[in-house]
Amino acid sequence: MNDALQLSDAVVASPLAIHGLTVSYDHRPVVHSVDFITPPGSLTAIVGPNGAGKSSLLKAVLGITRRLTGDVRVFGEPYDGRSRRVAYVPQRSSVDWDFPATVIDVVTMGLFRDLRWWQLTRRHHRDKAMESLGRVGMEAFAQRQIGELSGGQQQRVFLARALTQEADLTILDEPFAGVDAATEKAIVEVLKTLRRQGRTLLCVHHDLATVRDYFDHLLLLNVRRIAAGPVATTFTAQNLQETYGGRLGDVQLMQLLDEAPRGSREC
Amino acid sequence: MLSVEAWWRALIFDAGYNTSLVTLGAMLLGGGAGMIGSFVLLRKRSLVSDAISHATLPGLALAFILMALIFGDGRWMPGLLIGAGLSAAAGLWAVQAISHRTRLGEDAAIGAVLSTFFGLGVVLLTVIQSMAVSGQAGLTGYLVGSTAGMLAAEAQLIALCALLLAAGIIVMRRDFLMVCFDPVFAATNGVRVQRIDMLLMLLLLAVVVIGLRITGLILIVALTIIPPVTGRFWTDRPLRVVTLAALLGMLAGYLGVTLSSVREGLPTGPLVVLAAFVLFLVSFLVSPRRGILATLIAHQHFKRRVHLRQGLLALARDEAIFDDLTVKVLRRQGYIRRDGVATPSGWAAARDAEHEERLWALFRREYPEDSAQLDHRGLLPIERVLSPDTIMALESRLMKGREGTP
Amino acid sequence: MSDFLMFSLVPMAVALLICLSCALLGNFLVLRRQSLIGDAISHVALPGIVASFLLTGTLASSAMMLGAGVSALFTVAMIELIRRLGRVENSAAMGVVFTSLFALGVLMLEWNEVGTVHLDVEHALYGNLESLIWFEGTSLASLVDPQALATLPPQLGRAAWMGALVVGFVVAFRRGLVMASFDADFAASVGARPSLVGLLLVLMVAVAAIAAFEAVGAIIVIAMFICPAATARLITNRLATQVALSQLIAAVSALLGYVLAGYGPGWMGFEVSLSAAGMIATLSGGFLLLACLFGPYRHRREALSG
Repeated sequence: MNDALQLSDAVVASPLAIHGLTVSYDHRPVVHSVDFITPPGSLTAIVGPNGAGKSSLLKAVLGITRRLTGDVRVFGEPYDGRSRRVAYVPQRSSVDWDFPATVIDVVTMGLFRDLRWWQLTRRHHRDKAMESLGRVGMEAFAQRQIGELSGGQQQRVFLARALTQEADLTILDEPFAGVDAATEKAIVEVLKTLRRQGRTLLCVHHDLATVRDYFDHLLLLNVRRIAAGPVATTFTAQNLQETYGGRLGDVQLMQLLDEAPRGSREC
Repeated sequence: MLSVEAWWRALIFDAGYNTSLVTLGAMLLGGGAGMIGSFVLLRKRSLVSDAISHATLPGLALAFILMALIFGDGRWMPGLLIGAGLSAAAGLWAVQAISHRTRLGEDAAIGAVLSTFFGLGVVLLTVIQSMAVSGQAGLTGYLVGSTAGMLAAEAQLIALCALLLAAGIIVMRRDFLMVCFDPVFAATNGVRVQRIDMLLMLLLLAVVVIGLRITGLILIVALTIIPPVTGRFWTDRPLRVVTLAALLGMLAGYLGVTLSSVREGLPTGPLVVLAAFVLFLVSFLVSPRRGILATLIAHQHFKRRVHLRQGLLALARDEAIFDDLTVKVLRRQGYIRRDGVATPSGWAAARDAEHEERLWALFRREYPEDSAQLDHRGLLPIERVLSPDTIMALESRLMKGREGTP
Repeated sequence: MSDFLMFSLVPMAVALLICLSCALLGNFLVLRRQSLIGDAISHVALPGIVASFLLTGTLASSAMMLGAGVSALFTVAMIELIRRLGRVENSAAMGVVFTSLFALGVLMLEWNEVGTVHLDVEHALYGNLESLIWFEGTSLASLVDPQALATLPPQLGRAAWMGALVVGFVVAFRRGLVMASFDADFAASVGARPSLVGLLLVLMVAVAAIAAFEAVGAIIVIAMFICPAATARLITNRLATQVALSQLIAAVSALLGYVLAGYGPGWMGFEVSLSAAGMIATLSGGFLLLACLFGPYRHRREALSG
């Protein structure tokens, strides 16, 4: 225990282990001292109210924003934001969709690490991108301008871009925000397939009603870690109350918890 | 020749009628520019004035050409300013049209308009050079500002216009503020947002045009940006920012114009701008609110506090500490020894921190609504945030909870 | 013909080179909504050059490059510092820094009376494309005569190798540039170092601004950065096409602008010539105006819902 370099087996096995992560903005922690060990092969939801620091946590983990303190490890190795083993799907609203690019251009961005600067994008790169597009049901749109896509289609393109990276861990920021039902279903299918292949997925999620249907693990976050663990044991009234600070009505809670775990929303 | 004495005479308005008038005009102009600039800053459109000011050049040149053709001399300042104003208005309109009606952003609109208009102006200047008229050299004064050789009538005109402008802005300040802060709210309160916005831009345009002769068209934009930004360092209240910006602008105008009398041929514009910049720099360094020193110190404090808290919690939970800074902070407090083992005081502090953390957890569970509103996030000592009664209640409940679960 | 070689060939070539390299970089400035960085950097080329001249006493390209590069980096650092620590809005922070530095540059010029042939306030503002005369360019034979070629104005070589640097940068960093412009967060997550790419882009803008400084001055160069790229943006929705079109528009503006300024008044019976730099800017602005009125992709596309 006292040996600073001794890592626990759980940390070494985990695709993403966070220890004591603090992120601040304007001298106020938006994420405070969060510990979390992502179970390998899990489909984990990060859930919390608006402003709970979910996206900030992900960005700090990925090295996109600076962290004040904390240790982030990918399979036990310190992570500096440059690992092939991690793929990231940013929020759809974070980019300018008026950008002059086609769908295939965006998906090919996922192959950035495979392409040296002097290399041209070859046929097999394009094939790989097309294959990823196929997995999200978007091959027909390959040559479309990204600005012409609907919100759901844009999200699928983002997912396809991450698929080309073939990473062990995929981190998704609100993949279901503002997408249509068909897209939501398609994305869940892809995520579940990935999990079946032994990959790990970590996903910021905002819809409490679908947590139990979609995910097997859960991190409840409101600036600090409120609770974490398998959905079955973590998704409880007390934990949710604590996370949402009483913002959930009793009726709402009842509905969330009484609904059969594998109810009508099963895809 | 450097002359402190000349500067002093200018400072106490004892360097001749014209210089005094110009100084006064520059002060009024600086005040007006500071005020209008504050609103534009709130509107996040600071660099629109850059486009406006560069767009004055073709108007200036055209007015000069027209007057030269008709009267034989193009130097009549009111005419030049009218021309400048008209082409600046065209530039302003172009910026608005491009950024609203095309997919290009306001940044591209500003850059394209300022450079194209300026280019056209330069072409017209070469036309003027080829004309056999006198007074061409006077036009350079409008580029980087020169007050030397200014006619008394011109100085009077500038001072008068600046005074009128400042008065206009003071009258309109509340409407401007409302529109800048919350256009939707303003609209629901019967304020004609578009009209006010337009007026704001027109007043900005007027400031720019009047300032041409003093700071020149390249640098007048600085007077509308630097004093408001400087004012922002000292207060968060909008009307105070406006007042401060006006005062700072006046001070910059005063210092700049008087400094330019130190040596023959020194350009006024750069000196006024640099005076404003020095005021900015001082504020940026030492302002207690947003100044760089205050911010850096506060950040260091905050960082150490976070590291200390996390380190203590790690000690209490007997976890390994990886972070170098955490180790350093703990060691400096005497909480751990060189080899990383906690000292007695370290153990005590760690136990306290752990205990406080438990109290917070309990508090969050018991009073979810209250805790959602608190902003402490566990970095302030608990007794500074919660009332003693609440803490007592929490303590007793914590004791009970411990007895309940052996 | 010899008139053309002597008086027009070099200015036209220089104008063409700087227009092409500026427009190339401009594409990314426009896409990143950073056009005003181009504005700021080209303004601070003046203090950079003046300072390096005062320190080294020469106008050699290496000294100028260094001066302007340092002042560009200094500017960016100042802007970031003011923006982050002072929490000042981006364009205002830029406005504070570049106007002040430009003022400093003008003051240094006037104070020290460095006003040599190449450095005075007017040239800093309008440039002096017409002064690039090739005295040995007397006949077509001089084009292959090494002795005559050696007397070509140094600005031509400078513009050429700075252009090559810019092209090299864009080619080498093309993927990173596009990604950093479109989705910086994702770019960071795959190790494309968007902030480094952004900084290099600013440095390249500084390099291009230097190459352009003597020829067209600190302000007209902004038109070369922004107008062709903005025009192309309104004509097409494909990035590769946009870049190609911006190059075409830049080339036409440069050559046609020079010809119109140099020979236009002559055709109308006036014995004068106009500022070529100004004419190039005016022309490129004119192209942008046409694109704003008729460009097939001039409107912002609203995202479809659902």
